[in-house]
Amino acid sequence: MSELKLELKEKIIEQLNLEDVSVDEIADTDPLFGEGLGLDSIDALELIVMLDKDYGIRLADPKEGRKIFESIDTMAAYITANRTN
Amino acid sequence: MSTPDYHIKSYCRISNGKISKNGEVLFSDDSEEFPAFIKAAYKHFETDYSKFFKMDNLSKLAFIGAEVLLKDNNEENTALVLSNSASSLDTDRKHQNAISDQSGAYASPAVFVYTLPNICMGEISIRHKLYSENSFFIFAEFNPHLLSDYANDLLETGQANEVLCGWVDYDKGKYDAFLYVIAKKGLLPFDTGELTKLYRTK
Repeated sequence: MSELKLELKEKIIEQLNLEDVSVDEIADTDPLFGEGLGLDSIDALELIVMLDKDYGIRLADPKEGRKIFESIDTMAAYITANRTN
Repeated sequence: MSTPDYHIKSYCRISNGKISKNGEVLFSDDSEEFPAFIKAAYKHFETDYSKFFKMDNLSKLAFIGAEVLLKDNNEENTALVLSNSASSLDTDRKHQNAISDQSGAYASPAVFVYTLPNICMGEISIRHKLYSENSFFIFAEFNPHLLSDYANDLLETGQANEVLCGWVDYDKGKYDAFLYVIAKKGLLPFDTGELTKLYRTK
């Protein structure tokens, strides 16, 4: 699980162009939206694409993303439970 | 054509690795690639705006030009009237390549949102908290006559107190920007001949 969390942090930084953020600065429990990393609605769509492309998970309802993308911890748990590749 | 009631308050030129304001070079960089050049400019101007890095190249170019002119400009009712030749073609191409790749076929939402040229004005408006009129025109080349007519109309009808006008063009790594603010008071007469001269001074 810790390997997956590190992988997610690296992917988020790279794919969402978080220029001034390093892996060490993202705690597993930090909120990804709002006061945490400050991601926005377009970033949320990018994360949905990432789930599909990299882990074979298609969200039937994009609103599900709200809980899944709360933090690195919640993302990693969801991917571990649902990944198809 | 001259419109003596108004003036060119300030102007910014971005081309050939240089950024100048009112004829004075503020920043120059030897980077051959636009992304490295514009990132160095962002750092040089100590711009604290992390969303800059999410923008496409056209928006980055327009954003930095506007930053130079509007950073210390407190006029809230500043309209935006910009133009270029390549529209958003550079980003359109990236999107097209993504969706035509049959093996992957994943479009990026972050790329797709920049497949319109006027998005760069949205970025400027958000940054400078402008709730003003805006228009984006596609011309074969810089056309100060039409931009001046349009800006003049906005000012004369009270729809704007100042207008940020100009040319902001990006495609395949080539970039060219000339932005200027039209206001009641300023450095130079608001004159299309003057604008053409300033644009040609690279």
